[in-house]
Amino acid sequence: MTTDTAAGWEDRLIASFKRNDVRLIAYVPDKVLAKLIRKLQADSFFTVLNPSREEEAVSIVAGAWIAGLRGIALMQTSGFATLPNVLASLPLPYQIPVLMLVSERGTLGDHQLGQVMVCRTLRPILNCLNIENHSLETVEDVEFIADKTMQQAFSTQAPAALIISPKLFAR
Amino acid sequence: MGTFSDTNAAPLSRAEAKVMNRSDLTRRLKALLKNDEAVIGGIGHTNFDLWAAGHRPQNFYMLGSMGLATAIGLGVALGQPQRRVVALDGDGSLLMQLGTLGTVQASGVKNLIIIIWDNGSYQITGSQPTLTEAGVDLVQTARGLGLQQSLWVRDETDFEAQVTRALTQDGPWLLGVRTDDQPPAGVTDRDPAQIRDRFMRGLGVKGEWGSGTGASY
Repeated sequence: MTTDTAAGWEDRLIASFKRNDVRLIAYVPDKVLAKLIRKLQADSFFTVLNPSREEEAVSIVAGAWIAGLRGIALMQTSGFATLPNVLASLPLPYQIPVLMLVSERGTLGDHQLGQVMVCRTLRPILNCLNIENHSLETVEDVEFIADKTMQQAFSTQAPAALIISPKLFAR
Repeated sequence: MGTFSDTNAAPLSRAEAKVMNRSDLTRRLKALLKNDEAVIGGIGHTNFDLWAAGHRPQNFYMLGSMGLATAIGLGVALGQPQRRVVALDGDGSLLMQLGTLGTVQASGVKNLIIIIWDNGSYQITGSQPTLTEAGVDLVQTARGLGLQQSLWVRDETDFEAQVTRALTQDGPWLLGVRTDDQPPAGVTDRDPAQIRDRFMRGLGVKGEWGSGTGASY
C-alpha cells in the first residue's frame, strides 16, 4: 500500500517510516526538514527528540535499536559532516542499522559558500565508509527508495542514508 | 524535594566528595543490580572496570565514540522504558557532549541513571588534566542543563545509598563520583559485534542463540 498520488514527499516518507515501524525520530533542524518535523511531532505514532548534536542523534538511534526500537536521525549536510568518528566507532563496527535522513544543502543554487564546500564531503564520506546511500529526487520514487533502503538496513544490520536532493525540495 | 534531601541534607560540593576507587565502586554497583538493568560503559577505563567487575548479559561496552555513553543509554531507556538503564562515563567524556544532558532532560525519560567517574584526568592518554581540575563542576553543570536530581556522592556508603535510590525512584539521575588515579582492574574483550549481539539477547530483544528467534526484527 502506498500513499495517494497527490501526497508530498513528507507524507510519503512518513508512510514509509510507519510501514517499517520506524518510531523514534532524533532531529537536528534544517529549513528543508521543517514541514516534515512538524508533521512528525503532530503524529502520536512517533517519539520525536531534538538532540543538540548529530552525534547524539546517531547514538540515541543506535541505543534504541539495540533495545528493540527502530529510529532515524534527521540532519542537514553540514551536520552530517560532524559524524565520521561516531559512524566508524558505533553503527559500523557494532553492526547497528542507524538510519539517517540528510537534506542536501550546498548544491543546485545554494548561496552560502560554507554549505557548498561541506556538501562536497557528503557522498565521499558515505562511500568511503561503505554506507549505503540513495538520493530522493522525484516524489514518485520516495516510497520505493525509502522502503527498500530501510528494509535492507534492518535485514543486513547496516547503517544507511537517504539524501533529500534539491531536485525534490527546490523545484 | 523531601525525598531528595533525606541522605544529603545540604548538597555536597565536588571538593567535599571523597576520592574513591573506580574498580571498587563498579563492583559495588554490579552487586546492587538485581533486575537485569542495562549498563552502558563509556570508553576507556570506565568500561574496562565494568568488564573486570564480571560480565553481565545486559552490559554494553563502547569502543570509540567518546562522550556518547549517555546518548546511547538514552536510546536504550526510550526503547525499554520499564527497565532501568545506567550510563557510566568519565569526566573527560562528558565534557565532550554536555548538551546530551539537556537532551535527557527534555526527553522526559525516568529510567536513566548517569554515573560520572570524575578523576580530573584523561587517564588512558597519559593523565593530562581535564577541565574539572580547573574548576568545572559537572554536577552543577548537570543541574543547569535541567537534571535537578544531580548530586556529588559523599563516600562508599553514600554511593550505595544513592544508587539504590536511583534504581527505585523516578529519574533521570546523575551521580558525580570522584575517583583516584589507580589503573583499571582489567581490559574489555574488544569484539563489537559480539558485545552488541549479547546485549540484545540480554535485553530480550533477541531470543537465545539457536532458539529460532534470533533473526533481525
